[in-house]
Amino acid sequence: MKRAGFASRWLPILLLVPQLSIILVFFYWPAAYAVKSSFYLQDPFGFGQTFVGLENYSALAGSAEYLKVANFTMIFTVLVTFFSLALALLLAVKADKVIRGAKTYRTLLMWVYAVAPPVAGFMGLILFNQRWGPLTEFFGALGWDFNLRADYVDTAFAMVVVSVWKQVPVNFIFFLSGLQSIPKSVREAALIDNRSDSGRFWDVTFPLLAPTGFFLLIINITYALFDTFGIIDTLVQGEPGNNPMTLVYKVYVDGFRGNDLGGSSAQSVVLMILVLALTVFQFRMVERRIHYT
Amino acid sequence: MAQVTLDSVRKIYPNGVEAVTPASFAIKDGEFVVLVGPSGCGKSTLLRMIAGLEDITEGALTIGERVVNTLDPADRDIAMVFQNYALYPHMTVRKNIAYGLKNRKTPKDEIARKVDEAAKMLNLTEYLDRKPAQLSGGQRQRVAMGRAIVRDPALFLFDEPLSNLDAKLRNQMRIEIKALQRRLGVTSIYVTHDQVEAMTMADRIIVLNGGRIEQIGTPSEIYHNPASTFVASFMGAPPMNLVGAEMQDGTLSFAGLELPVSSTLRGPVTLGLRPEDLIIDPHGPLAMEVELIEELGAHRLLHGQVDGQRLTVHLAKEEQVALGPLRLSCREQNLCLFHPESGKRMETSFSLNLTEHSPDAAEARA
Repeated sequence: MKRAGFASRWLPILLLVPQLSIILVFFYWPAAYAVKSSFYLQDPFGFGQTFVGLENYSALAGSAEYLKVANFTMIFTVLVTFFSLALALLLAVKADKVIRGAKTYRTLLMWVYAVAPPVAGFMGLILFNQRWGPLTEFFGALGWDFNLRADYVDTAFAMVVVSVWKQVPVNFIFFLSGLQSIPKSVREAALIDNRSDSGRFWDVTFPLLAPTGFFLLIINITYALFDTFGIIDTLVQGEPGNNPMTLVYKVYVDGFRGNDLGGSSAQSVVLMILVLALTVFQFRMVERRIHYT
Repeated sequence: MAQVTLDSVRKIYPNGVEAVTPASFAIKDGEFVVLVGPSGCGKSTLLRMIAGLEDITEGALTIGERVVNTLDPADRDIAMVFQNYALYPHMTVRKNIAYGLKNRKTPKDEIARKVDEAAKMLNLTEYLDRKPAQLSGGQRQRVAMGRAIVRDPALFLFDEPLSNLDAKLRNQMRIEIKALQRRLGVTSIYVTHDQVEAMTMADRIIVLNGGRIEQIGTPSEIYHNPASTFVASFMGAPPMNLVGAEMQDGTLSFAGLELPVSSTLRGPVTLGLRPEDLIIDPHGPLAMEVELIEELGAHRLLHGQVDGQRLTVHLAKEEQVALGPLRLSCREQNLCLFHPESGKRMETSFSLNLTEHSPDAAEARA
């Protein structure tokens, strides 16, 4: 194949500048600033800062509360990722089989995609309202005294439900298009080779969906770790108290509510390293088993 | 191994389109039947109904002793080879071939033995651990064949298996498939739009047109006795020449050609002449204006007009020809007559009278 090239060496650089400057201004600069300020102790009123070395980090490691939040974040991320992927896959497989009225059905399933996270959180607040929320009443009828923002587990439950509900449509769209890109004749060949529906799904459909699934896995973990901020903020109404929260939310609470910019910076650096490590791990371990067609 | 019977099998799609009008035929045990027709003629629908990939709207389909209308494709004891091979892209060649057996709970050592046997038969042994993406088109098609063979099915179904291959490979695979089917003796139904494949591979050909069976017969029957102008023009490359002629008082006349016919029919008819039945004859009754010569090495095709109607002539390579006027006669015993409107073959006994029609007579006329 002939390689197309630029006549001048400066043109490609010039074309990359807008993208690079955006990344520089909105990612590298703040990230570098966070790393720097994680080594300082900030005056709450902005009058100065003192270099404290790794003290912010050691304080984190010794903090029982931080470990509790980290623990919750892990469980939360696993639950949200698993259920939003599993539910979306189930819906996509079923929607793929629908022939009559398929368009209406799919559109209805995709609608939620257009809802912003804080709005989703607000809808969660209404549904789970302590006094008159329909879901609270439903749980009450089942004998579960549901108590949003008062009971740790109940609040965590609501957070997971709303986060999953918000993410399912995105996954659904990707899974459905993934399913529809599997050649019809491959599925028909499987139909002749295997009489079991579930057997065909696990042997043929699922492996062929794996590239989509892997992409969604990364997207969903990132979503659960970061993008659920709006949902959590709305559900706890800015006052976490004893309620569960994720690491990202704690960065915000400690930095902007507690005015501990140094500690908060240290947390965000830890989070950054964590996500980086997780992504590298996924690409190394999971992607190897995936067959790209 | 089994025979296959279709009894008034019909397909109507939910939108009301009748893709296959009630079709009945029986395929003998071990027979190689080719369904041929232009695209949209219903041949693939018919095959997919036999495979169980499409519902049968009406009628009964019997494979072996069983009516299989309501059986799942996996329970019909069939194997199918698809046009685009339909291999599982994430499985190795070995797993692709073994997948059907694995699901039938075949013992492991037997699977291994069968896969190795099939791979040897198809020259795939060294590719068993590759993925389909690492194979060429011909090799993929062989893997698809292997997948079909190992199942020892009662019936092979082929859905245009060679149309994705280049011309040279297609010729080679055509011979391989035919030889393999002979060796295994498995009843086979083969769908194609390529009349050359149909002619060369089939024991019997079923010609379909617009969801209807136009004719069933051996390749030679179909070629020499086409049941309609559709069959006549579809089978054979180049196709049969179809020209307008006149019947009157026991004589068939076309351009300068006049033939006695023992028929009381009068009026216009369609006359069918195979290009190879036209021969150069300086005293022949037909005056052709040659407009184009197609050089094909082993033979030549002349295209031109006789009496304002297009005609193609097939000539052996030894014959010398040039553009311009040329006189022809024809092998009269091979002529076909068709109804001018319906296109159906007209049974006339005119071939009986032709014995007294000698070259001398043609000479005298000229």
